[in-house]
Amino acid sequence: MSTGALRRPETAGGLRVGVLALQGDVREHVAMLGALGCTVDEVRGPADLAGVAGIVLPGGESTTLSMLLGSAELVEPLRERLRAGMPALGTCAGMILLATEVLDGRSDQQVLGAIDLGVRRNAFGRQLDSFEADLAVAGLDGAPMHAVFIRAPVVERVGVGVDVLASVDLAGASRPVVCRSGTVTVASFHPEVSGDPRLHEIFLRDVAAVSATRTAYQHA
Amino acid sequence: MTTDASSRADSTTDEQGRTTGTLRVKRGLAEMLRGGVIMDVVNAHQAKVAEDAGAVAVMALERVPADIRRDGGVARMSDPALVEGIQSVVTIPVMAKARIGHFAEAQVLEALRVDYVDESEVLTPADEEHHIDKWAFRVPFVCGATNLGEALRRISEGAAMIRSKGEAGTGNVVEAVRHLRTILGDIRALATSDSAERYAWAKRLQAPIDLVEEVARTASLPVPLFCAGGIATPSDAALVMQLGAEAVFVGSGIFKSADPPRFARAIVEATAHFRDPEILVKVSRGLGDAMPGAEISTLATKLADRGW
Repeated sequence: MSTGALRRPETAGGLRVGVLALQGDVREHVAMLGALGCTVDEVRGPADLAGVAGIVLPGGESTTLSMLLGSAELVEPLRERLRAGMPALGTCAGMILLATEVLDGRSDQQVLGAIDLGVRRNAFGRQLDSFEADLAVAGLDGAPMHAVFIRAPVVERVGVGVDVLASVDLAGASRPVVCRSGTVTVASFHPEVSGDPRLHEIFLRDVAAVSATRTAYQHA
Repeated sequence: MTTDASSRADSTTDEQGRTTGTLRVKRGLAEMLRGGVIMDVVNAHQAKVAEDAGAVAVMALERVPADIRRDGGVARMSDPALVEGIQSVVTIPVMAKARIGHFAEAQVLEALRVDYVDESEVLTPADEEHHIDKWAFRVPFVCGATNLGEALRRISEGAAMIRSKGEAGTGNVVEAVRHLRTILGDIRALATSDSAERYAWAKRLQAPIDLVEEVARTASLPVPLFCAGGIATPSDAALVMQLGAEAVFVGSGIFKSADPPRFARAIVEATAHFRDPEILVKVSRGLGDAMPGAEISTLATKLADRGW
C-alpha cells in the first residue's frame, strides 16, 4: 500500500460487500475494502451472495475464473444480481468477466455481461510487457493513479451508456482502461496492488446509494 | 509488499512513462496466480488440455520430472521450438525451466518472452556454488526452497516467487509437506522473536538481516509461496493449500495419471475450494488411478538436495 492512510468514506460503515474468492488477488481487495470500513465476505458459491450489497471481481486468470464460476454455479445468480442493479468493481480479469464480449478469449469463456464492452485479453503482450505508469482518471480528485498493468486487457469496443474514465495509447490507438456504466466500474489494472483506494471508494459510494434507495423504497 | 518498486531490478521506463521489469510487476503476476494450478506440459496438446482444465499457467518442459528421474543423464532447458509451440496454442502464462546457475539458459528463455523462468532443481545444476543473479533480468523468476533460509537467499538474489521443492516426480507429497511446514513454521517462530533474536535468526538462516526483519514484521514471505513436488491428487492439493501454500505446481501428477483431463480439472477445483470437503468428494469420486508413487527412501537421487 503506497498511498498511506486510507480515507474512510462516511458511507462505508455498515456496508457488506463480497469479493469473488475462487482464484486471484483476493487478499488485496479484501484488505483494501476492510481498511475502508466495510464488512467483506469471500464469495465461493451462490449462498455467499445472499448477504452482500456489492461484488468485487479480482485480478487473476480470466479463463480459470470463468471455468470456476461455471462449476461453482455462480454465473446465473451473479448475472441476476447484476441485472437487478448490484454495484460491481472489476480489475483486470474482473473487467474481462464483467464485459459483454471477450475478444481473443476462449470460445467457452463465461461472461457476466454487466457492462457493454468488447475487451481484448493480454492486449499489451506477455509478462515482459507488463508495466507501471501514472494515469489521469476523469472524476478523481488528487494525483494521477499509479496503475500496475499485468498482462492486462484493454477495451476495444465501448457500448452505449458507458463512460470512459481513462485511456492509454496502444500501437497508436487510444484504448480505454477505466470504464463505468451505471453502478459497474472496471479497470484494466490493479489499484488493489498499488494501494490506491479511489476506485474502491466509487464502488462503495454506489453500494451505499443503492442500499439507501432500497431502504427508502422498502419503508415507503 | 513492503519493498520499494524502484528496486535493483533491471527496470526501464519508456518515453510514455511506462516502467517495465519492476519488482512490483514481477511479484504482481505471482499474486494473480494465487489459488491456481500451474501444470507441467511437454507439448502443445498437453498445454491445451491444461488450459481447458482451468490451469492458471503452464510450465513448458521436455520431460516431466518422473521421466527425467527414470531416464537419468543431464536434464537441460527445453528446445526453444517446444516453448514456442506451447506459447502459440495457449493464452495463459507460459513458464519454462533453466538449470540452477545457468544464466545463459535464462537469457534464452527471456528472449523467448516466457512469462516466468523457473530456476529449477529438477534440471541438472550448472553451477554448484552460485544461483542466477535474477536482478539482472526483466523476466521474473521462481525458485525452489526446502527451508526459510533457502527461500530468503533466493529472494535476495531476485526471485519474485518461491515454491517449496517437495520431491519432484515421485507422486509422494511427504517432502512437500515437510518443506512447507519447515518454511511456515520458521516464519511463525520468527514473527514472535524479539529484535536481538533476529540477528541470531539471520545467522542461523544464512539470510540477509533486512529480509529477516521484513518476515518478522509481516509474518509472511515478501513474495508469494507456492507448493511443488509430489502433488498427485485433489486431496494433496487441498492439504498443501490448507497448510498455507498460495497455489500449487503439479508436474508429473496430471499427465502420468489414468485420465489427465479429469485429474487436471479435479485438482483445479480442489485448489480453489481447498477448505470444502464436499467439493473434494465430488471431484475425487471415480477419478481413476493417480500417477504411480515412489517411496522417498528408495530414490537414487533426491532432487530437493540440489540448490544451496
